[in-house]
Amino acid sequence: MLLKKLLNHDRGGALVLLAIVLMLIWVSIGNLIIPETSAWHVPTYTVALLGKFLTYALLAVSIDLIWGYAGILSLGHGAFFALGGYGMGMYLMRQIGDRGQYGNPDLPDFMVFLNWHALPWYWQGFEHFWFAALMILLVPGLLAGLFGWLAFRSKVSGVYFAIITQALTYALMLAFFRNEMGFGGNNGLTDFKEILGFSITDNGTRVGLFVASGIALILGYLIARMVVQSRFGRVLVAIRDAEPRARATGYPVAQYKLVVFVISAMLAAVAGALYVPQVGIINPGEFSPLSSIEAVAWVATGGRGSLFGPIIGAFAVNYSKTELTTIAPDLWPFFLGGLFILVTVFLPKGLISLFARFKAKNEPALLPDPLPDAPKVDAQKSKPEASV
Amino acid sequence: MMALSENDTHGLGGERITHLAPNEPDVSHGTILYLEDVTLSFDGFKALNKLNLTLDNGELRCIIGPNGAGKSTLMDVITGRRRPQEGRVFFGQNIDLLKRPEHEIASGMVGRKFQRPTVFEALTIGENIELTLTGSRSPWRMLRARSTALEQARIDDVLTTIGLNQLRHRPAGVLSHGQKQWLEIGMLLAQNPRILLVDEPVAGMTGEEVARTAELLVSLAGSRTVVVVEHDMAFVRKIAKKVTVLHQGSVLAEGSLSAVQANPKVIEVYLGETPCSN
Repeated sequence: MLLKKLLNHDRGGALVLLAIVLMLIWVSIGNLIIPETSAWHVPTYTVALLGKFLTYALLAVSIDLIWGYAGILSLGHGAFFALGGYGMGMYLMRQIGDRGQYGNPDLPDFMVFLNWHALPWYWQGFEHFWFAALMILLVPGLLAGLFGWLAFRSKVSGVYFAIITQALTYALMLAFFRNEMGFGGNNGLTDFKEILGFSITDNGTRVGLFVASGIALILGYLIARMVVQSRFGRVLVAIRDAEPRARATGYPVAQYKLVVFVISAMLAAVAGALYVPQVGIINPGEFSPLSSIEAVAWVATGGRGSLFGPIIGAFAVNYSKTELTTIAPDLWPFFLGGLFILVTVFLPKGLISLFARFKAKNEPALLPDPLPDAPKVDAQKSKPEASV
Repeated sequence: MMALSENDTHGLGGERITHLAPNEPDVSHGTILYLEDVTLSFDGFKALNKLNLTLDNGELRCIIGPNGAGKSTLMDVITGRRRPQEGRVFFGQNIDLLKRPEHEIASGMVGRKFQRPTVFEALTIGENIELTLTGSRSPWRMLRARSTALEQARIDDVLTTIGLNQLRHRPAGVLSHGQKQWLEIGMLLAQNPRILLVDEPVAGMTGEEVARTAELLVSLAGSRTVVVVEHDMAFVRKIAKKVTVLHQGSVLAEGSLSAVQANPKVIEVYLGETPCSN
């Protein structure tokens, strides 16, 4: 019922979600059931790769929610993705226990190496999955809330907002590079062994994480869809298109931006949390400003303001990246730059506008309605208000 | 249209004479807006200079003046968009507008139509009105808001008043310039403000559209206070009973159009050319 309502007038979204579900089924069966000797077998490498793409797609959806619908361009969304990743990384580090190089049951290796004797206070509780999961949502959410409150309250928007989000992620990158921060410095968090008691390198676990990423993407998409379909979502579009009018209409614009910014940051954090166990490492490089810009490029490529376009964009760009970096790694930046230019010039509405064009050829264009008469003014005067 | 003004004044009934709702102005002395010695300067340039202005409840006032006279800044001050360095701005006798945030002033007190028509182009015409109807503006409420029959009826009312009912489900972006002006006026009506500030409502309209707009604005006065800023003197003549002339951030003259036209100071400001020669 709810699903039908959410995907009403969203044929593209419904198709993309269907494709994701089919992919989840196909890859799971292909990896776990079909034997390796068969041509239909899906190698574990592919499972991990597609799982990573799924988390990227969720990041792209989170960016589209604020950029496509509220006109807030964040070039630092990688920061929330990375924070979510660190939250998961901390949980995974605590699961290692005494199996580390130094065999210390309480302290992760890098802390032993730094001659630390006790676990810092902010690491407490991360041995519990529920606590880590809570923090994965709370910390990025709070940071987004604080940052957004400061920015939107002072009416910082457009390119200025984009620049300070870059500064945010850059500052976090520098901070996480420092060993004293207690997040593993340069090397980050790695050498994970288990998640929820399952070996992290196990095929079954990998498929499990892959399916979890797919489900997270679908749920994230539906949440985003719920937001944009509500009246709240229409206010966002109103703010995007005519902010002064929205203000003059009495909408507390800053609060609206703040709410959607926090929702988006939490979606990005969940994506990051699912990304880390699949790639096996989280380090400060994830905070790099460039990764955030790349994520925005996925959204632009797929089609901003559609929610499903960015999923297509994330898959298309990252698939090309994987292929191209194996053939000619040096060419990737040029390819990305060129892609950005081509999309901006020829497909300003992204890859999904190709489908729209195809559709337009097959269906007759809507004819504009005849224009209405001039306004009819009631001859009798409005009754004066009964006040005083 | 009639229903619009009634819908939002019910509820308190007779009690409101003694107990005013939080944002209800006290207009017992007939004054809806009172500005005293308002000064606002940008880097030493006084956009408003000890400006005094009083609006009677329900009147239709035209504000004219040469470019840079401070007309737009005056509107910014009334709507809370800019804060003056000095002076007092009161809504009724009881509400100090300088202490109210912009979005609070916008809901139910002062509605403003911008110089260039600004509507929500990606939304349908019906949605444009829906978002401007009086009611909660809280993000949490909006996440759960459902369209009610009462709201639909009010949208119908407004769309009929501005003559855009047939286009209800089309995006506002398809409207002509004049139609966007009307839609914006309709959005103001849906907000049900006590004061309507209308900045150059007939810019870019055809003669026929201008006449309709004049009728519309005149019909709105009485139930609300309407303030029109306009350069088009023919239009001002059509609607105005009382005209205020601004010059260098202060009121230069005030009175009936003919009195203002005959005022030597006004003639001088307009460099000898009679502002209203037509």
